[in-house]
Amino acid sequence: SISWRNSSINSLLQKRRDFCLGVLPDSVDRSSEAFVRNSKVMDSFLSELQSHINKVLAGGGAEAVKRNRSRNKLLPRERIDRLIDSGSSFLELSQLAGHELYDTPLPSAGIITGIGPVHGRLCMFVANDPTVKGGTYYPITVKKHLRAQEIAAHCKLPCIYLVDSGGAFLPKQADVFPDKENFGGAYIPAMADESVMVKGNGTIFLAGPPLVKENFGRLLPGEEVSAEDLGGATVHCKTSGVSDYFAQDELHGLAIGRNIIKNLHRAGNQGMINGLQNIILDYKEPLHDVKDLRFIAPTDLKQSFDIRSVISRIVDGSEFDEFKKLYGTTLVAGFGRIFGQPVGIIGNNGILFNESALKGAHFIELCTQRNIPLVFLQNITGFMVGSKSEANGIAKSGAKMVMAVSCAKVPKVTVIIGGSFGAGNYAMCGRAYSPNFMFFWPNARISVMGGAQAAGVLAQIEKSNKKRQGIQWTKEEEEKFKAKVVEAYDRESSAYYSTARLWDDGIIDPADTRKIIGLSISASMNQ
Amino acid sequence: MRTSRRLGIRTVAVYSDADRYSLHVKSADEALRIGPPPARLSYLNAPSIIEAAIRTGAQAIHPGYGFLSESAEFAQLCEDEGFTFIGPPASAIRDMGDKSASKRIMGAAGVPLVPGYHGAEQDIDIMMSEADKIGYPILIKPTHGGGGKGMRIVQSPDEFVDAFLGAQREAAASFGIDTILLEKYITQPRHIEVQIFGDKHGNIIHLYERDCSVQRRHQKIIEEAPAPNVINDFRAHLGQAAVSAAKAVGYHNAGTVEFIFDTLSEQFYFMEMNTRLQVEHPVTEMIVGQDLVEWQIRVANGEPLPMSQSQVPLSGHSFEARIYAENVPKGFLPATGVLHHYRPVPVSPTVRVETGVEEGDTVSMHYDPMIAEACSMGRKSCCSISQNEGLLIKVSGCSNSASAEEAYGAAKLSAALVAACACEKEHASLKESPPGGLSIWYAFPPFRVNHYARRTMEFEWDNEYNKSGSKLLTLSITYQPDGSYLIKTEESSSPTVYSKDQTDHIHIWHGSHHHHFKQKVGLELSDDDETQHKPTFETASHPPGTVVAPMAGLVVKVLVKDGTKVEEGQPILVLEAMKMEHVVTAANCWCKVQVMAGKLQRLNSHFLRRLTSCDYEKSITYARFGTHW
Repeated sequence: SISWRNSSINSLLQKRRDFCLGVLPDSVDRSSEAFVRNSKVMDSFLSELQSHINKVLAGGGAEAVKRNRSRNKLLPRERIDRLIDSGSSFLELSQLAGHELYDTPLPSAGIITGIGPVHGRLCMFVANDPTVKGGTYYPITVKKHLRAQEIAAHCKLPCIYLVDSGGAFLPKQADVFPDKENFGGAYIPAMADESVMVKGNGTIFLAGPPLVKENFGRLLPGEEVSAEDLGGATVHCKTSGVSDYFAQDELHGLAIGRNIIKNLHRAGNQGMINGLQNIILDYKEPLHDVKDLRFIAPTDLKQSFDIRSVISRIVDGSEFDEFKKLYGTTLVAGFGRIFGQPVGIIGNNGILFNESALKGAHFIELCTQRNIPLVFLQNITGFMVGSKSEANGIAKSGAKMVMAVSCAKVPKVTVIIGGSFGAGNYAMCGRAYSPNFMFFWPNARISVMGGAQAAGVLAQIEKSNKKRQGIQWTKEEEEKFKAKVVEAYDRESSAYYSTARLWDDGIIDPADTRKIIGLSISASMNQ
Repeated sequence: MRTSRRLGIRTVAVYSDADRYSLHVKSADEALRIGPPPARLSYLNAPSIIEAAIRTGAQAIHPGYGFLSESAEFAQLCEDEGFTFIGPPASAIRDMGDKSASKRIMGAAGVPLVPGYHGAEQDIDIMMSEADKIGYPILIKPTHGGGGKGMRIVQSPDEFVDAFLGAQREAAASFGIDTILLEKYITQPRHIEVQIFGDKHGNIIHLYERDCSVQRRHQKIIEEAPAPNVINDFRAHLGQAAVSAAKAVGYHNAGTVEFIFDTLSEQFYFMEMNTRLQVEHPVTEMIVGQDLVEWQIRVANGEPLPMSQSQVPLSGHSFEARIYAENVPKGFLPATGVLHHYRPVPVSPTVRVETGVEEGDTVSMHYDPMIAEACSMGRKSCCSISQNEGLLIKVSGCSNSASAEEAYGAAKLSAALVAACACEKEHASLKESPPGGLSIWYAFPPFRVNHYARRTMEFEWDNEYNKSGSKLLTLSITYQPDGSYLIKTEESSSPTVYSKDQTDHIHIWHGSHHHHFKQKVGLELSDDDETQHKPTFETASHPPGTVVAPMAGLVVKVLVKDGTKVEEGQPILVLEAMKMEHVVTAANCWCKVQVMAGKLQRLNSHFLRRLTSCDYEKSITYARFGTHW
């Protein structure tokens, strides 16, 4: 019995040594004025987000959905649900792409993209929504499609295309066809490794019956060709060989799709675990409530808050081993785990100073060496300016950090939780530095600088211009000018403006941050 | 039969057509059909049973617990035919079968009887004075008949005349005889019976009593041994009375003397004697630790009783619950149907299950709807009861006929339950072994960005209540963030066709309802060609059933003659192309075949011409087979 006690104490001590050093405390004061104010504002942000999401989930509207059903066709999200392993999660990307981008609504840009497992193998899904403009490609549709392929290429994920598209949206062909980023609807299935066609619904042709008639109808009067005869499943599975599998109906087609993934050489991918070092399967949840993230998020970007209160709600067991805690304190860096996966986390706790930038560069290099994925939590107004800072060589230090980020060949996930302004965006792995995934909180803002600062700078330039021309600028005129700039900046820096244009991979509920980072990193581990 | 097997005695079962596949037939060494389902023509048909015994060369006949077990004629017949009847002597059966005769004998033997008047004098004044002697309340009942007809309970003398005349009228109308008897009415009775056993050497002992007070419609539901709240003196007294009753009729073998116990006056009175081993004998067997069937066989064989009265042990307390196939909503009426789900509890030294059925058996309308008796024993009555409750929960029912709507509502509820269970099961298995080791992706509930995961499940419900067929229930399940499920049912009109092996069959018992669901779990991947769309260019120029040669080539040999019948896959002709011979086979089964092979210049489909740039079709040889039925 003594030896039993010894061993139990030993294991207890072992556990204490291993895990309990870096537990972050719950430092959030729920009764504080800021917390209460944030709650209110964030609630309205979230209900706004939810109403936008509900609209896009409805696809092209009740009428179009009904028409789709009458053809025995499923909606794209339903198709995906039937393809992924049942009971598994699906990381949908850029749900609000195309939001208020064109004169008419284009829910989810008419294409659903995202990542989910099929037979234990993560796949990228690209699914046209036939209820949205017949599944045709707007410029933003092409962009979303290509972004999905970019992620798939980056993360080495097989792509599953659920093609149900009328091709290019002809009125906007100039924006879709000629440039570098182009596409060809019929070639997607033809270029795929393996393809399945559904009897009755699936057709492939370079030119549809109307165009065939346009070209040949005059030569061969009386000749009408049906779409099914021209490019239906039978033609392509039996005669042309363009398609590889013949499906009786959609469900049959989706089942064949799952089988194809099962037969990929790397199906049931062991590499997923082998590629990771040191993954822990029985991870702990954070000690503090993840829902608090909704109220920790700064709705007034001028207010500062401790980024550790966010980190403590993202990492396993709220355990975070901080790196260089006492140096360059406006940048918080350290090691933790998310769903058992080791990560290096970098978060802003104020403006980037000389030391913060050097610390950031150092930490990023460490993670790169060790093949540890990086998570950036952005809330940055920029690098410190001013003579002292310049004299300290902030330009060089900042450049070092930017360089470290751009050279880091590990999976990177960026979440913009507050402001993202100026060169700070670059140093914290903004879009230009190709993070594998980048998400926005609904309260977040992105622009080269804050609206007020920009207005001030622009007003000064304008004033001196007017002065040169000999025009006196009244105080009112100046204020009006500034207000206009601020308004434009406000609009263009909003999360919705960004996500509509695919500057990110989606707006997320802060409470889902841990889950989404976890899924993103898991999807990136084949990189 | 278990006992016989243990004793090394071979057994022969007899059965009616309704019981051809039942358990007793399976467990016997031999089985013989004795007639059609109605008991009158089979199990109550003594000559055919005797005939069966003669044919199989049997030596003894055990009459079981019902049917002919209390028939003096049958016992007599057995004796006359030279078979040992495993039961009491025919004379005793006869004596005890007549209720008024048995009471007379018992009264003479000094066994206490319910106070009453059984005289021939039917004058109303005499009757009233007799009633006063007995004391109110009084039960007035006709000497003949039964089923409660003509019975009256009279609380006080004022009501006597009306009740008496009424009973007389009713008796005359129902049975043609208006003789009436009077008895003391026992307001708070307990039904206590004593198990007795006698051998052919005049020894009779009792094996304690059973309390069978829990009854429904004169059917025993729960039996308990020994009777609760009975002091040992009383028990001995009761036992002695039972033994004297048996002795009075020269009894041997197993029997039960029933008493009614007046809980107010604490008196017990003789009711009747059952001249057989009763269904509830296992409770007695459990407390005395003996096999009474074995005793029956030994005693019938002329052996003396294995123990004396003082040697009979009394250990523990035992309960038996009878499980009937009943329609609960219809006031416990006997139900019939197939026993879809039957899981008797495992048997142990303290748990016994006597059953004559198995899962899949049909509870027919012909016989008693009793499915099983569950028997348990403990040291005290309380633990025995709790054990018995456990048994009762586990053994559950038989289908019945509730209203279709009610059933449909229950079906929807059950389907929702099934759906939730399916999700839970999936969740458990995913947690156990996430495919590809990707545990994050299989966390519960499944994650969706900014919305909740949803799925639909389809169940085909077999409507047993309404023969209109099955109904398709579509359930939409939304995973809630707190781990619960929001399940909505939608009705779909057309049931889809499921193939058998791709379907999960789910049986649900919900209260008295049984539901059978079929869930599609896989897709039937049919042959690619069967239902393919036929492009017009392929079908237009040839009549249906045509087989087009797979390539251009020379017809080497035609293997079938015009007008002959061909089977699917049968070789039709041989083509030669690229220095290889190719056999063309029939795609369908045709009654007659018409072979039209030859060289053709050109196909006349514009469409095909447009697609094919060269004149390759010029050289196509094609064979055409017409379908002529």
